[in-house]
Amino acid sequence: MKNVTYEEIVNEVAKMCQEANFDLGQDVIEAFQTALKKETSDTGKDILEQLILNADIAKSERVPMCQDTGVSVFIVEVGQDCHITGGSIYDAINQGVRKGYEEGYLRHSIVDHPITREKSKGYNTPSIIHIEMVPGEDLVIHMSAKGGGSENMSTLKMLKPADGLEGIKSYILDTVAKAGPNACPPLVVGIGIGGNFERCAYLAKKSLFRPIGHRSERPEIAELEKELMEKINELGIGPQGMGGNTTALDVKIEIEPCHIAALPVAVNLNCHASRHKEIRL
Amino acid sequence: MSAKQITSPIDENIIAELKSGDRVLISGTIYTARDAAHKRMFEALKKGEELPFDVAGQTIYYVGPTPAKPGQIIGSAGPTTSGRMDKYTPSLLDCGLKGMIGKGYRSQEVIDSMKKNKAVYFAAIGGSGALITRSIKSMEVIAYADLGPEAIHKLEVKDFPAVVIIDSEGNDWYQIGKQQFNDNKTSM
Repeated sequence: MKNVTYEEIVNEVAKMCQEANFDLGQDVIEAFQTALKKETSDTGKDILEQLILNADIAKSERVPMCQDTGVSVFIVEVGQDCHITGGSIYDAINQGVRKGYEEGYLRHSIVDHPITREKSKGYNTPSIIHIEMVPGEDLVIHMSAKGGGSENMSTLKMLKPADGLEGIKSYILDTVAKAGPNACPPLVVGIGIGGNFERCAYLAKKSLFRPIGHRSERPEIAELEKELMEKINELGIGPQGMGGNTTALDVKIEIEPCHIAALPVAVNLNCHASRHKEIRL
Repeated sequence: MSAKQITSPIDENIIAELKSGDRVLISGTIYTARDAAHKRMFEALKKGEELPFDVAGQTIYYVGPTPAKPGQIIGSAGPTTSGRMDKYTPSLLDCGLKGMIGKGYRSQEVIDSMKKNKAVYFAAIGGSGALITRSIKSMEVIAYADLGPEAIHKLEVKDFPAVVIIDSEGNDWYQIGKQQFNDNKTSM
């Protein structure tokens, strides 16, 4: 059995929060470069070049790439044989976020009360924390700094089974088209299909944690990801919605079994600042 | 296509010349305000109170920057989604607001009010906050300091890069730019 201490989690989470906001993943930078070669709109090219420059500045000057440093979303894989000592894992993660955001001069973007809009007293906490129990003794923490603009354009719909694959595709394309410039394209489009109401939204979110270019292991889903990517890029929305063929950097789909009466589909949009970090303890 | 140099407050003749799709570099004075500051200004107007600064002729930038690191003027400061300000915007346009900088769609009510009041809406590149900060030369909190990043800041900017999305005649680059791109694609 492995022991992981509360302090270790606090420090690692704090580090991840800063790295996620300062160091854009190599997968995203490579996707920008690939898009730049294919983009035919001059404005689109110009925007992609500025995004590459912006990522360089953020990395070298240790400043956030975007002022929306996001809500910290965690998917934590806890090994059944991993023992966490010194306190609650939820408290440790939230303390790590407060430390990381405060010491890293990251923005405090949480309100405690969604209606009165009263500001949270914990620096950018509480975080959204999903815990999955897995075999083994490791603790794997996946972190995302998820921006509000793209989250606001995300949707979920309970389709009818009779809507079928065509219904799924048109719903996804419609969501991306309606989001237009608001979600800060080029986007990473995360899709959940199946499960139930809340599970479907989680699947869409979870899909965004996969690196760009990583295809589903199911051949029919990998094909669907590629087809949707092409169709989305044919919409002409382009970088920042100003026209172009780079509307999505990638499309990710996760599926799960569902009720005989149901066909839930969730589309979770991520802006181009697709900030994800992972650590194994 | 080269960018036009413009100065804020923006002269009325310049506003009339700016066309949807133009690239611009903005220098001069702009004011920050986002959701919470807009709500307070809107409520102040409803109560017949004065606004914390005279918006006539001015430009508002929809931004909530990150805290400045020691030695920085301001933290990362890219645009936020403008549509959340739509409910409050026509009242400010009626008070003489001439320029807005943000990102994303505006409502038909805002576009109609912009035409009536001869105002212009620019977009900066969303998610390029580290780069945009380089064009901000000074920052001063002038109102609603308790709102933290959502307080109203007065900024002096030099060559702040933006694109005219909606011009004073109501042309919308989000529609035109996409349409032009798709038309060119079919003709190729």
